[in-house]
Amino acid sequence: MYVSESRGSTPAAASRTAARGPRPGRRSAVASTVLALGAVSLITDVSSEMVTAVLPLYLVTGLGLSPLGFGLLDGVYNGFSALVRLVGGHLADRGGRHKQVAAFGYGLSALCKPLLLAVHTLPLIGAVLAADRTGKGLRTAPRDALISLSSPPQTRGRAFGVHRAMDTTGALLGPLAAFLILRRAADGYDAVFTVSFCVAAVGVLVLLLFVPSRVREAAAPAPAGAAGAERPSLRAAVALLGRRELRGLALCAVALGLATVSDSFVYLMLQRRLGVPDRWFALLPLGTAGAFLLLAVPLGRWADRVGRWRVFVGGHFALLLAYVLLLTTVHSGVLSYAVLALHGTFYAATDGVLMAAAAGSVPAALRSSGLALVQTGQAAARFCCSLAFGAAWTAFGDRSALSGAAVALLASVALSVRLRPAEAV
Amino acid sequence: MSTGTGTQAPSGDGPLSVRGKLLVLLAAVVVLATVAGVAVWRAAGRAEARNHVQAGGPAVHAGKVSLAASGPPRIVFRSMAWGPHRDELASVPAAAPDGPRTASGVTCLRFYAAGGTGICLQAERGPVNDSYRALVLDSRLRTTRRVDLAGIPTRARVSPSGHLAAWTVFIGGDSYAGTNFSTRTSILDTRTGVLQSTLEDYALTRDGKRLRAADLNYWGVTFADDTHFYATAATGGHTYLIRGDVTARTAVTLRSNVECPSLSPDGTRIAFKKRVPGLDPDAPWRLYVLDLSTLRDHPTAETRNVDDQAVWLDDATLAYSLPGDYGSDLYTAPAGGAGAPRLLASSALSPSRLD
Repeated sequence: MYVSESRGSTPAAASRTAARGPRPGRRSAVASTVLALGAVSLITDVSSEMVTAVLPLYLVTGLGLSPLGFGLLDGVYNGFSALVRLVGGHLADRGGRHKQVAAFGYGLSALCKPLLLAVHTLPLIGAVLAADRTGKGLRTAPRDALISLSSPPQTRGRAFGVHRAMDTTGALLGPLAAFLILRRAADGYDAVFTVSFCVAAVGVLVLLLFVPSRVREAAAPAPAGAAGAERPSLRAAVALLGRRELRGLALCAVALGLATVSDSFVYLMLQRRLGVPDRWFALLPLGTAGAFLLLAVPLGRWADRVGRWRVFVGGHFALLLAYVLLLTTVHSGVLSYAVLALHGTFYAATDGVLMAAAAGSVPAALRSSGLALVQTGQAAARFCCSLAFGAAWTAFGDRSALSGAAVALLASVALSVRLRPAEAV
Repeated sequence: MSTGTGTQAPSGDGPLSVRGKLLVLLAAVVVLATVAGVAVWRAAGRAEARNHVQAGGPAVHAGKVSLAASGPPRIVFRSMAWGPHRDELASVPAAAPDGPRTASGVTCLRFYAAGGTGICLQAERGPVNDSYRALVLDSRLRTTRRVDLAGIPTRARVSPSGHLAAWTVFIGGDSYAGTNFSTRTSILDTRTGVLQSTLEDYALTRDGKRLRAADLNYWGVTFADDTHFYATAATGGHTYLIRGDVTARTAVTLRSNVECPSLSPDGTRIAFKKRVPGLDPDAPWRLYVLDLSTLRDHPTAETRNVDDQAVWLDDATLAYSLPGDYGSDLYTAPAGGAGAPRLLASSALSPSRLD
């Protein structure tokens, strides 16, 4: 067990071990808590993606609404959601209530599903969806903290990989379940929402039953300063940014986030530049999700071996390559598959890996706040990128906007390679 | 679930054993699965009920429906009345719109016809979910062209000559609980099959300046002739009435706050849905008519929320749909602003007047 191996070693030695990761041929199972959280995410994603998949159809054909301009508040809400994430992270650290905060977040999202049955107008549906996303914002950081706390540092990359793969599996199964219900019952949107609620309730129950409410850090070589000394106060959470490692990491995540064009823009560019036929448009996210699903575990393991930082930054090369392919003038069907594969690779190499990397630079007592800080920085940066990208598109056209994003991404990668936080190897 | 690293209890804590927890989970799953099953079963029953003729509903019988430009005055629409002919294109005499319907056997979600050409936006059953397509129909409802659609159909129009067809589809919602929807509007030459797949490729000018935006959306084309059309363009939270040129692929904004325009047969006025300030955000639109020579508008007598692209039955009468017990009902209102709205046909959508 890694526990006994690392116990007694100096923090520095432990982090070197963490960097090198397990020797080839050495395998250990993923912690049961990670599997339980993976199951919760899988089940919850089935539930939420069921709703996401039928929502446009429900609004347009079920309710006869014109949902245009509906998304205008999305921008405002993105800002709010970033705050919610920080709050969730902070609350979870206070008294080690990761499970309770996560359960509240999952529960809130679950309760929103039956509410969809009761509201029939755009403003109210928007409010329910906002509450649903608040639940998601609250639970994300505590959940990732639980994953990191219950996995030995040497295999955190894999633990996050397993979790993200399970999560993505749920996201792929959800739409399937929803459309099968609509096959059985034409226009049965109420049935979809009811089933979605039942599924979400199972997810909450799995969380309550199978995720421990107190997780001692597995094999934690208490990072310098010892976990006990860190009191989970707001000040301590903010002071996390004073730590060189985390600051460097957050800075890079923000810099790279500023050059990460949002998914919907990628799909729009894919269609406009590579001429993806209209009928495939709705299926493009499945391509990204498929690659993400397949590569999350292998890349997580690889990150454990060669260094999470390296894989995280490297993942952005996949994104850069996707941009370049989108900028070429070659029109070929193969190219769009390549772009989607690269897009999924980017997620597999960055999403869970960043959390695995960040976990190493945050003491256990502040884990949730620390992860929330990094996530929020990244999300806020991506949001700014979307605004800038939209503005650049308006001013100079789509091609110039993407060229700009590619140059920015290259610069951010260069910066990240230079900064290279100490934890990273 | 018991393959832990040994650093913690294998499955949470609390008084229950793993076995006990699994039993609790199993019991809950059984209860929830029952609830879910009942919900699906009831919805399926409801769906099945729609295949049986509704009491007091309009009489519908199978027959021949013609889209020919010459013929008896008639209204062709999607009949939503329950029964075996639900969602089929149906025809009624213009003089007796609430009388017996002749159903064609062709099902459409949205429909429009003019000049002997029909455009039918249709759902196509796939193994998992529906996809959508646009069918060009000749006067005898035979499919002459088909085009795959990128999203859920909402608006359809044909130019007076029948040579051009346009449609709008909704695309949206691929992010978690996301509420960003966009539209795509296409124009098809029904004779050559040349498709302009999105109006976003047009050069749009506002106040003399070229307007480019990632959030630019178009919807609701209405044709003046085989070159010129009007439509709604939206960007930055504002909607504009635009006048477009199919040949030059250009468009220019005329004024703001005009959605789903519909050009009168004499080409002088546009009926549209206007977002009226101060109204309930649940029901923000009213049916207005705009005079193109003065760009001044006036409300119609319809005081309810109208979310439809109206149709001119003649130079003085508008037809539009409102939500109804069986999907939607069609109403008429005088375009001049006086008078009162009247029910045209219940359980009906997407009307076209042919004569």
